[in-house]
Amino acid sequence: MKVGLFIPCYVDQFYPNVAIATLQLLEKHGCEVVFPLKQTCCGQPMANSGYEHLTGGCNENFIDNFDVPVDYIVCPSGSCLLHVKEHLHAETRHEAAKAIRGKLYELTEFLVDVLHVKNLKASFPHKVGVHQSCHGQRGLKISSMTELVAPYFSKPESLLNLVEGIELIELDRKDECCGFGGTFCVAEEAVSAKMGKDRIKDHLKHEAEFITGADMSCLMHLQGILKRQGSKVEVKHIAEILNAG
Amino acid sequence: MKLISCTRGERLKRTTMAAEHNNNALHNGTGLHSDLARKFNKDEDRVDWHDETLWWIRQKRDKITHGIPNWEALREAGSQIKHHTLSNLNEYLVQFEEQCQKNGVTVHWAADAQEHNEIVLSILKKHSVDKIVKSKSMLTEECHLNDYLQHNGVEVVDTDLGERIVQLAGEPPSHIVLPCIHWKKEEIGELFHQFMGTPKGNADPQFLTHAARLNLREKFLTRKIAMTGVNFAVAETGEMVVCTNEGNADMGAHLADVHIACMGMEKLIAKREHLGVFLRLLTRSATGQPITTYSSHFKKPREGQEMHVVIVDNGRSVQLGRESFRNSLKCIRCGACMNTCPVYRRSGGHSYHNAIAGPIGSILAPNLDMKKYADLPFASTLCGSCSNVCPVKIDIHDQLYKWRQEIVKNGYSPKTKTIAMKAMAFTLSSPTRYQIAGKAGRFVLKNMPFAVNNKFNPWYNEREMPAVPKESFTEWYKKNKGGK
Repeated sequence: MKVGLFIPCYVDQFYPNVAIATLQLLEKHGCEVVFPLKQTCCGQPMANSGYEHLTGGCNENFIDNFDVPVDYIVCPSGSCLLHVKEHLHAETRHEAAKAIRGKLYELTEFLVDVLHVKNLKASFPHKVGVHQSCHGQRGLKISSMTELVAPYFSKPESLLNLVEGIELIELDRKDECCGFGGTFCVAEEAVSAKMGKDRIKDHLKHEAEFITGADMSCLMHLQGILKRQGSKVEVKHIAEILNAG
Repeated sequence: MKLISCTRGERLKRTTMAAEHNNNALHNGTGLHSDLARKFNKDEDRVDWHDETLWWIRQKRDKITHGIPNWEALREAGSQIKHHTLSNLNEYLVQFEEQCQKNGVTVHWAADAQEHNEIVLSILKKHSVDKIVKSKSMLTEECHLNDYLQHNGVEVVDTDLGERIVQLAGEPPSHIVLPCIHWKKEEIGELFHQFMGTPKGNADPQFLTHAARLNLREKFLTRKIAMTGVNFAVAETGEMVVCTNEGNADMGAHLADVHIACMGMEKLIAKREHLGVFLRLLTRSATGQPITTYSSHFKKPREGQEMHVVIVDNGRSVQLGRESFRNSLKCIRCGACMNTCPVYRRSGGHSYHNAIAGPIGSILAPNLDMKKYADLPFASTLCGSCSNVCPVKIDIHDQLYKWRQEIVKNGYSPKTKTIAMKAMAFTLSSPTRYQIAGKAGRFVLKNMPFAVNNKFNPWYNEREMPAVPKESFTEWYKKNKGGK
């Protein structure tokens, strides 16, 4: 099975370890992974700011990178993936864009739905709080949502439960947004920071040692606040935990 | 259209925000959402209180909806009925008018807020009335009717308790269902002391409610004209259904010689049986109650009484013509999207500087004035919780995204933002430029952190910047995986 690795720009630049963990995790589970080297950004920051019409260049570049013979395209970020899934298009390359959109998987949904991972050789003996990133959860539906009357499930948590020694904590608010929101984090800085602080308070109240999630952007925001507070609690992308030990 | 969350006592207990905030910019319609939200956030304890109060209501909503196994099917039914009605609105409006006339109700059509206000005033003048009571109606808030009538020498008394409180305070409501949710009971005690002469320092909700009741009773008995909103207007029968928890709409309408009901034209439903869906959806979504205390049907004037209905467009037919946004007209004004919105809970209703706040207000307001409300669709993280709680399944967060595109295309985005976005798009559309920029950015952050970690960087205000890794993933991959 050949997998194209789609790494969001900010992960490439600031969190290479998350990308490395994702790559190793996929290889451990038997995937042949290729990383197209000329990736940049999915275009979401512009699009969510109202400038989707300026994302043509990013779309073209994305298609240049991923119009390659792979079975799946996997990304360790629900938000970037959702954007491409919903908005990737190109004037002259409809078919290529459509084919790419059909191959896209967020990392945890790929591990659960495609690879059917039932065992992990991973160990992480810590108390961990799971942050449900909204675009993965409500957009890609990788877990159930508290607003809906529907059976409970969580793809990220089902994977974390395979990790040896891990203790997942319960939160008071299981799926409240952290307040990152892309450019919202600076445009609405006061509310964004307050939302982040409130999420952290919930995790700290339940004695989390680590906060994990399937989207590094939310975790970057929470990490920024934790560091400012001088907290010992750290953030870890889910790929790093699933690949630990 | 009055409807409150809980018992009157509970409601008083759970109101927020200081009286000293009354006259600040939070409610006078100036400033951007982000600025008003920043002001609201200056008192963090108060933000916590506001957030928890509304979260408590969201939890009540969750609890009651999770007790109904077919809840999602009920939402779908509500959505489809509204879809059908909106798709055939022209026919149903005519049918409704015919039925009303058969019932002896006078029907008025208002193209906009101004015309609505003029119609109401003309009815008052005809009867030489300069004092009226009014139960809750978000439409009259949208039309700024109170200001208009007061300007024309008419005294309006809002009879919904929450509305009365904000009216005494000289504020607009901060929430469509819970107008004074931003007030604390102690502050209400002080307000009542000032306006109704209750003992200073008495903040007992039951006592204050009783005082308001006595005060309002006199108004009910002496006013000759009563206004109400309309929650649902049934086309096949011409009846108007008004949902309240306090019975104030009934008391006003039954005691007055003239009843004027005002409704947005999207309030129609085709059949009476559709109420079986909407009355189940409304309060469960709004406050977690199984049904409103009073769901009153007004159909015919009683002997000697006069009944009027004013059907208002005010931008609704324009919105109906906007394919991406027409679903917003399905809204039944339950306020669930506000209670669940993590931004609304932490920015307060007045930060939306519009009669209708929160996510639904943010998709309705730009239709009325795209320039004035250009900031509202951006007051969201697009988390999607609003769409999930909406009882008629409006795709609220998708519409927020679409409004952002419209606002930029129509030139209502700040120029500095456009320049920044163009620069960003230029950089990110080329792998070479992206890699150079990434390297430069990491270099600056590592070697000249002061260039980034300063007061000009809003991120840095309450957050540290990420640590700089020694290489990007692309660089690592080239080195370790021999990538070309």
